[in-house]
Amino acid sequence: MNLPLSAQLIHLLAAVLLLLSFAMLAQRRVLSLVNLFALQGAVLVASTTIVAHSSGQHHLYYSAGLTLLLKVLLLPAILHRLIRRLEVRWDTETLVNIPTTLLIGLAVVIFSFGLAQPISQFAETITRSTLGIAIAMVLLAFLMMIMRRKAVSQVIGFLSMENGLFFAATSATYGMPMVVELGIALDVLVGVFILGIFFFQIREQFESLDLHHLESLKED
Amino acid sequence: MNSVAILTQALEVVAAIALAPMLTGWVNQCRAWLSNRRAPPLLQPYRALRKLLHKDVVLAENASPLFRAVPYILFGAMATAAAIIPSLSTDLPFGTAADAIALVGLFATARVFIALAAMDVGTAFGSLGARREMMIGFLAEPALLMVVFTASLICGSTALPTIAETLVGRSLAIYPSLAFAAVAFVMVALAENARIPIDNPTTHLELTMIHEAMVLEYSGRHLALIEWASALKLFNYACIGIALFGPWGLSGSTAEATSPMLALGLALPVLGLKLMLLGAGLALMETLSAKLRLFRAPEYLAMAFLLGVLGLLVHLLLWGGAQ
Repeated sequence: MNLPLSAQLIHLLAAVLLLLSFAMLAQRRVLSLVNLFALQGAVLVASTTIVAHSSGQHHLYYSAGLTLLLKVLLLPAILHRLIRRLEVRWDTETLVNIPTTLLIGLAVVIFSFGLAQPISQFAETITRSTLGIAIAMVLLAFLMMIMRRKAVSQVIGFLSMENGLFFAATSATYGMPMVVELGIALDVLVGVFILGIFFFQIREQFESLDLHHLESLKED
Repeated sequence: MNSVAILTQALEVVAAIALAPMLTGWVNQCRAWLSNRRAPPLLQPYRALRKLLHKDVVLAENASPLFRAVPYILFGAMATAAAIIPSLSTDLPFGTAADAIALVGLFATARVFIALAAMDVGTAFGSLGARREMMIGFLAEPALLMVVFTASLICGSTALPTIAETLVGRSLAIYPSLAFAAVAFVMVALAENARIPIDNPTTHLELTMIHEAMVLEYSGRHLALIEWASALKLFNYACIGIALFGPWGLSGSTAEATSPMLALGLALPVLGLKLMLLGAGLALMETLSAKLRLFRAPEYLAMAFLLGVLGLLVHLLLWGGAQ
């Protein structure tokens, strides 16, 4: 019944990651959303470092460092700057009210745990049982992108989904090859830059960041 | 079932009933200190109870016998709950009578009766408070059950004494699921005991009241019993929390071999210390947070329920995968 301490710590951090995903889903303010995203990145760094230490996979240290640099420091800084420049500190509007969103999220978690159960039987890593949590993180971030109306929170959902994918890679196969990871990191960074430019364009066009303006093609 | 166990049982109930107002007094004292006020003495709740017990009862003209019976039912329910919860010892003859699910049911019974009594006289505030209480209650109960189930899954039993014993007996390990359950439990306990994010126990504004609105019509010894039962409820919740998440220091059946009386004598100061810490923590939480709007309460309790279910799921996933 008793696992080694590192495995227990990884389980604890995985549970915290899941909790943070739900916190992001329930969060109303954009500013806190960015902070939660940074926190999620920090927990991810911690868990990756522990996996690297306990499995002896040295390339995971580099991944953890990259995550720290990009997702804990750089991206939140950029997002904070964007929010200041766009002056979008207001409460975000959700399509469905928050308790219902949380309950849908719960169903998503049950689904992904069921999905992960047979897959994790094949994995041989010490972290295999956290695969379900990783899938849940991806799907919860996806849910957040669906439920939010404002562009900024959708982008944060996208970034959080990337966090989930990274965690899935770590827990199933001890991380992706370095080249792939570098590529993804660069993609995410460029993506945020481009989306930042888009924000300004969207706001200039519609005087709002509400994406539902983009749904109609013609002006009425 | 020996004489020691019966003595332990009796001592536990008496200790709960006697110490419950002191816990309330301690929380009030801490709250006063934290908001830079001069604190009322620790024994203030006892004085209030004595004052109320000496006063005459004023009954509304159309009050039914139910209205007069409810304070006794309420107090009885809370005292019974105190007998089931392992606060001093896990070796309780009464503990086998009801498990944690029945305990939740006992709390629900008390809630139904106080809500009925509140609506009995037919004043506006009474039924307003009763409706609110039922709304909070039906949302808080599933969350509480989920917390209990998480602990039960880990320990393989729904009886509180067995859960506490298993947790003490097991070597120290990190249970993420128990951490989830603990947070959910704190949220539920705050809501159930009419504490600040949901209800303000010291408010004088009828429109924001929940628990206080229900007991507005009570006076004299009835009010004293109800106040005492509320204090006992807080005490019970604190003891459930201790039994589920920090049962170290209880005198159990394992300690019986050496000297049951000594173990019991040690368990009492340990319980006192834990309650002091919990009371200070409660006061701190209450001082730091603001009362939620009533319509935000479902969200708060949905969050508690969610945490409870997540604890359950995380346990199934992590331990199921690890075996």
